Amino acid sequence: MFDRDKWQEVFHVLEKNKLRTFLTAFGVFWGIFMLIILLGSGNGLRNGVVGDFGGHATNSVFIWTQSTSMPYAGFQRGRRFNFHNADIPYVLSNIPEISVLSPRCQMGGHNGSNNVVRGLKTAAFNVYGDYPEYNLIEPVKIIKGRFLNQTDIKEKRKVCVIGMEVLNSLFLEGEEPIGDYIEINGVNFKVVGLYKSNQKGNQREESEKSVFIPLTTFQRAFNWGDTIGWLSVTSIDNVPVSEVEDKVIALLKQRYKIHPDDPRAFGHFNLEKEFIKMNGLFTGISGLSWFVGVLTLIAGVIGVSNIMLIIVKERTQEIGVRRALGATPLNIMSQIVIESVFLTSIAGAVGVLAGTWILVLVDTLMGEADTGSFKHPEINLYTILIALSILIISGALAGLIPAQRAVRIKPIDALRDE
Amino acid sequence: MLKLNNIIKSYPVGGGKLEVLKGIDLHIKEGEMVSIMGSSGSGKSTLLNIIGILDDFDSGEYYLDGQLIDHISEKNAAHLRNSFIGFIFQSFNLIPFKNAMENVALPLYYKGIGRKKRNEMALEYLEKVGLREWAEHMPSELSGGQKQRIAIARALITNPKVILADEPTGALDSATSYEVMNLLKEVNNEGMTVVIVTHEHDISEMTERLINLHDGKIIREPILV
Repeated sequence: MFDRDKWQEVFHVLEKNKLRTFLTAFGVFWGIFMLIILLGSGNGLRNGVVGDFGGHATNSVFIWTQSTSMPYAGFQRGRRFNFHNADIPYVLSNIPEISVLSPRCQMGGHNGSNNVVRGLKTAAFNVYGDYPEYNLIEPVKIIKGRFLNQTDIKEKRKVCVIGMEVLNSLFLEGEEPIGDYIEINGVNFKVVGLYKSNQKGNQREESEKSVFIPLTTFQRAFNWGDTIGWLSVTSIDNVPVSEVEDKVIALLKQRYKIHPDDPRAFGHFNLEKEFIKMNGLFTGISGLSWFVGVLTLIAGVIGVSNIMLIIVKERTQEIGVRRALGATPLNIMSQIVIESVFLTSIAGAVGVLAGTWILVLVDTLMGEADTGSFKHPEINLYTILIALSILIISGALAGLIPAQRAVRIKPIDALRDE
Repeated sequence: MLKLNNIIKSYPVGGGKLEVLKGIDLHIKEGEMVSIMGSSGSGKSTLLNIIGILDDFDSGEYYLDGQLIDHISEKNAAHLRNSFIGFIFQSFNLIPFKNAMENVALPLYYKGIGRKKRNEMALEYLEKVGLREWAEHMPSELSGGQKQRIAIARALITNPKVILADEPTGALDSATSYEVMNLLKEVNNEGMTVVIVTHEHDISEMTERLINLHDGKIIREPILV
C-alpha cells in the first residue's frame, strides 16, 4: 500500500493528462461540495428557526381557563372560573411527571393602556406576576442585578425585573435602573434586575417590553386574591409533555367540576407539538440535502470510473508486460483501485475543505447580526466523516470495474495490442 | 527443461475454430539454445506464448522444469513466469515512465524484493549488458539496441531457467542484431536455456538447434553444428 513504486505510478498516470484528471476530480469535488453546502445551509435554517424559540423549554405547555361549554354536576354551561394558589401543590402532588409548574398572572399586554410610570414618563407594558421557576421555561438573560427569588415570593416584596425596552422608555441614557423605583398601577416597585430577551426581531422587542414582579406581590397589590392567570408546565426528561398536558387538564376538570369531555373549558398551547412539527420539516430538508448531494457525488464517482476505464484501455500493453514479468491479477487490480481511491479522496477532501470554508465564511460574515430564519450554518464532523467514507468506498467501487476489466484481458492479448 | 506432448491449440474464428497448433511434440533440454522458425501464421508466436504460460492450450501436456502446467490459475501462472521465465519482446516493451534501472528492477518488485536491494541488483545486471552509465535514462532517450539490452537485463534479473525471446532482433539493424545475439549467446554459455522465435535465417543459424514450424506442425528438426 505505502509502496513508492505504486505511488509513483499513481502520480505519473494522473499527471500525464492533467486536464482530464482535473475534470474528473472536479466532478467528485462538486458532489461533496454541494452535499456540505446543502447540509450546512439546512442546519443554518434549523438554527435560525430554533433560535426563534428563544430558548423556550421546548417541552412546555401553557394552560389557561376559559368558560365551560357543557353543563355538568348541576352547573350550567358558560360558567367562568379561575385557577387558585391551592391548585399548584394539588397538581404537583398528583402528577409526578411534572418537572416545573409555574403559575402566572398578567396585566397589560397588546394594546393595553399606560400602566407604568416613572417621574414624568409613562408607558404601557406587560406586567407579569411570576415565580422564579418561570425563568426555566422562558429564559431571559439577566444583564444587571438579579431575577426574582423565593424570598421575594415569601415576603411579597415590591420588587421588579425590567426588560431593555422598559429601561429605554423610562430611563435616560446612563441612568442606573437598579435600586430605582417605577410605579405600576399606582404601586411603587424597586427595580432589582434588568434583562435581555433570547429571541430576535419583533419577538425580542415584545419580550423586552415586560416587567416581572413576584406572583404573591402581584396578587396582593392588584387585588387578585389567590387567583392565578395561567399555568406553565414542563415535563421531566423522557416524558412527552403532551402526556402531562392531558393529565393536568383531566385533574383540573375534576377539581373544578367540569364535564370530562368539555373541550373548551381550558385553553392550552403545546410548544412541543410545534417544535416536533418544525423538527419534522428539518429532517425532511436534511434528507433532501443528502439525497441531492449523494446523487451528485455518484455522478462524480461514475466520472472517475469512466476515466479509469480509459486509463486501463490506454495501458493495456503495459499491463500485459507487467503480467508477463510476474504481476499477479491482484497486483494489477490494487494498482487501479488505489489510483481511483486516491483521486476521489483528494478531490473529496478538497471539496470538504472548500465547503466547510464557505460555511465558516458565511457564518463569520453574518456574525450575530439579526438575520431572520438563517443563522450559523454548520456541519458536524460526524457528517463529514460519513461523507468521506461514502467517498472512499465509492472510489474503490469506481476503480473495481475498470480493474476487473484490466485483469480479464489475457496478457497475450494485451501484448498483441499495438 | 521444456517438454511438450501433442499440444493442440485453436482459436475461435467466427462460428468455427481455427486450429493453430496441430499437435506439437517438443523437448528442449536444459542449457540449450533453440530457435523456432516459421512463416507468419505458422503458429510460432502461439507456441511461444504457451511455453511462456501466457496462453493456455486445448489438449496435450506441457512440463516446465518437470512441473505439469495444466489449467493453473492466473496467480500461479504469474508466479511461475516470475521465477522460471524471462521474456524478451520484439518491441522491447519497456515501461516508458520508468528509467532503465527501474525497468530492470521491475520483476523483482513483483517478487517482493525491497527497493534498495532490487536497484542494486538492477545496476549489477545493467553492468552485465554494458549499460551501467545509462541507469538513470528514460527509455525514450535510448537507442533500439540499448532498449533491447535493457530488456535482456530485465529478463535475466530473476535468474530464470528459460529465456523466451519473441523476434528479439525484429526491430533492430543487423549490427545491433548481432550484438544482441552475442549477448544471448553469452547468457546461454552461462547455462541458461534460450528459446528464440525468429524468421531471420542468419539469426536462427546462430542457435544450436532449429525448429521449423509450418502450418501448426514441426516439419523437421535438423541439428545444427
